[in-house]
Amino acid sequence: MFTLRLASLALGCAFALASAHAEVTIGVSLGLTGPGASLGIPYKNTLQLVPATLGGEPVRYIVLDDESKPDNAAKNARKFVSDDKVDAMMGSTGVPSALAMAQVAAETKTPLISLTPLPPLPPERAPWSYVIPQPTELMMSAAAQDMKKRGVKTVGFIGYSDSWGDLVYNAITALAPTYGYKVVTNERFGRADTSVAGQVLKIIAAAPDAVVVGGSGAPGATPQIALVERGFKGPIYHNHGTVNLAFIQTAKKAAEGAIAPTGPLIVAEDLPADYATKAVSLDFVKRYEAAFGAGSRNAFSGYTYDGVLLLDAGVREAAKKARPGTPEFRSALRDALENVKNLIGSHGVYTMTPSNHNGEDERARVLVHVVNGEWKLAK
Amino acid sequence: MNADIALWLTQDGITSGAIYALLALALLLVFAVTRVIFVPQGEFLAYAALSLGWLQQGKVPGTVWLVLAAALLVALLEAREALRRKEARRLPRIALLYVGAPLALVAATTWAAPRSLGFAAQAALVVAIVVPLGPLVYRIVYRPIAHASVLVLFIISMAVHYALVGIGLLLFGAEGLRTNAIADTKFDWGVLSVSAQSLWVIGASVACMLGLWLFFERSLAGKALRAAAINRVGSLLVGIPIEFSGRLAFALAAGIGAVSGVLISPITTIYYDTGLMFGLKGFVGAILGGMGSYPLAALGALLLGLLESFSSFWASSYKETIVFTVIIPVLLWRSLVSRHPVAEDEEE
Repeated sequence: MFTLRLASLALGCAFALASAHAEVTIGVSLGLTGPGASLGIPYKNTLQLVPATLGGEPVRYIVLDDESKPDNAAKNARKFVSDDKVDAMMGSTGVPSALAMAQVAAETKTPLISLTPLPPLPPERAPWSYVIPQPTELMMSAAAQDMKKRGVKTVGFIGYSDSWGDLVYNAITALAPTYGYKVVTNERFGRADTSVAGQVLKIIAAAPDAVVVGGSGAPGATPQIALVERGFKGPIYHNHGTVNLAFIQTAKKAAEGAIAPTGPLIVAEDLPADYATKAVSLDFVKRYEAAFGAGSRNAFSGYTYDGVLLLDAGVREAAKKARPGTPEFRSALRDALENVKNLIGSHGVYTMTPSNHNGEDERARVLVHVVNGEWKLAK
Repeated sequence: MNADIALWLTQDGITSGAIYALLALALLLVFAVTRVIFVPQGEFLAYAALSLGWLQQGKVPGTVWLVLAAALLVALLEAREALRRKEARRLPRIALLYVGAPLALVAATTWAAPRSLGFAAQAALVVAIVVPLGPLVYRIVYRPIAHASVLVLFIISMAVHYALVGIGLLLFGAEGLRTNAIADTKFDWGVLSVSAQSLWVIGASVACMLGLWLFFERSLAGKALRAAAINRVGSLLVGIPIEFSGRLAFALAAGIGAVSGVLISPITTIYYDTGLMFGLKGFVGAILGGMGSYPLAALGALLLGLLESFSSFWASSYKETIVFTVIIPVLLWRSLVSRHPVAEDEEE
């Protein structure tokens, strides 16, 4: 009897050892070429900075280029599952590509860490996808709070005539009742437009207390410049897509005072010492800039980093239940991800629930403004 | 809409309309002389604006290397042709024009780039860089197929456009640039405050148009171009070489593109691919003017600028749709009233 027990114990140990040494495989599909490349490359850079283990298990990342095309992203995802037997996937650059991967993830029961925001998924697909970036509404609520503080009652909107403009517009109109303001204009412009004089005149004629711009990067500067030129005196709010150097370089002096929400890692140094993500954000930003040059920090690389942290927490739990490379492990990993609580990332603090697969709260965004040609934390 | 807003919109419309008018003239000029619908006209504008931006940042713009590479290619083509015709005496001239001159340009640019010279010097340098691209493109791409049909020339133009946009991305990267203004001052006239920059744009455009008019009316080369435009066979018979008129037309087009790029770059953000939109609007302007008369083309482009400005006020989401839709009634009307110039073209 005793020997039998010993034998089963030994066998158990052997299994535990074997599972401890099994390699976790993560498939990463990114748009490293094509129109999404300027985002895809920072997404990928981060993988050079992450440890060689996930939750204590050795890990192998397989990175494939999907050329920023959704059909290629889907193809890569299928290849990950069938050929590489991955335990989880990450990707991709752009909403359509990530959506294509989410479909494969649900079909093959493989957890997906989406690196771009996803629209609400149908119930059969939702359980397998986790989303790292902050929802637009969460981001814009930082601007809305600030507007309430300043007593803003009317808001003029000008944004891209595409889905990005729609997303920002929908976010600020959805937040309007809560924060007690009215959106009085919905002006649109194209990314390549040379002049927004007409739209800006209409906004100025409506005389709102503040303006929200649904643009991004350098093209987001066009309305900023026009508003300043026409002597608009109220605060001008942008969104997280605008927080980069190109915006300041384009708008030059007119950029001064522009306000925008962003992830805390962008201003890691300026965060108060007790800020929840300060240590993680600062550590990541320092290592990223050491590897890729001063001023190279960006939101996208942080999303990959937080995705890896999330997987790290999930794998740690799942490895107790099953061996990597098996359907049981994938299912255990999915369950473990859903139970991640208070995980501190570079962008925010993640607490997942079955109904919330993003799990970020107000700590995932800060308000920044342009002071002397630099994005600084607004205090 | 009140009078103030209408005045503002008019001012904005005239400023962009002036640029469209310049491009419309260039398109019309190239089309009349060489029958090429020069789609890449806007690329000269983008190249000039981005080159100016790089010079202002103290960097050597990649366009000089493009000029050098294209010139060396032309030098090879010309040398081969000269040797085939046993005209070795032409070689020194070829070397001077297509090797010496571009090298001098490269030297001048690398010397000037870090020195942050004034706006005028930098603008002049940019024009000197961009203008040679016109004749070089003509020599490499269009001269060998100068007798092809309008349609073939148009398709080739599309290809040249894609090539130049790709090269633009390679040379300047994907980010847009906005250069420093010639002058920051503003003049307040009642409710209207006019920026010195838009006065510059309008003034320089008018000066360019006057210059072109004088050139065509008074100079021999200009008269030769007009002759080539009116009747190609006839002008050949009286000794105006196709090559001469083509090269001159493209140089003028590149020059106009360069000037408009320099003028527009402080008031709008230019990307490597912004050129097409400007070129297209110049083209629509030329069509509004009937694709035959210079003053009408300039007027058409000006109207387009105003239409764009007012539609961005009333219906900003549909601005481009409105701007490009006006071409339909004009084309309908023209196809009803005009005799068909294409048939005339095919008789040749």
